[in-house]
Amino acid sequence: MVGLGLVATLLILVLNETRPELAFQGAIAAGILLILLVISYLAEVVQTVTEVALEAGLNIVYLQTLLRIIAIAYLAEFGSQVCRDAGQGSIASKIELAAKVIILVMAVPIILEVMQTILSLIPAN
Amino acid sequence: MEGIDIDLLFKIAGIGIFISVLNIVLKQAEKEEQAQMLTLVGVVIVLLMVLQLINELFESIRTIFNLF
Repeated sequence: MVGLGLVATLLILVLNETRPELAFQGAIAAGILLILLVISYLAEVVQTVTEVALEAGLNIVYLQTLLRIIAIAYLAEFGSQVCRDAGQGSIASKIELAAKVIILVMAVPIILEVMQTILSLIPAN
Repeated sequence: MEGIDIDLLFKIAGIGIFISVLNIVLKQAEKEEQAQMLTLVGVVIVLLMVLQLINELFESIRTIFNLF
């Protein structure tokens, strides 16, 4: 993986002199290849966590929400860094903002659940 | 998962160098518009390759994290 990164950097440096737009696309391709290389290990981790959660009798909906939030965070990080590479810092920060909003929306049911639990703990007078 | 092709990077770099050389030749022959077109075609070809890669990334993330 380090080798892939170094080779990609060298190739992009060569391209950067004459074809900056192709160099940028090469940078995106290198980033995606690196992520695809490590994503299989991530799949194993997710599998293990799911099995442990099932064994512990956890509600699968919460775990699914958690995994979705993690996936959204990863994707948003990737997208915003690509945008920042292209010199579009404002679009990058908007992507991050959008990701935060979506994560907040997905977390609302869990927050509601917590609120209801707290309310049920408080004795009604 | 070693099946991911690193060749794609070399392909993109090769297309870039190739188009640079052709561009220089066309500029020397005073065919500026065709040089411009060639640049555009190269960008589109590489963009198609990168798009396939992005699609692959999204699909794998979707399957791993059970999205949708």
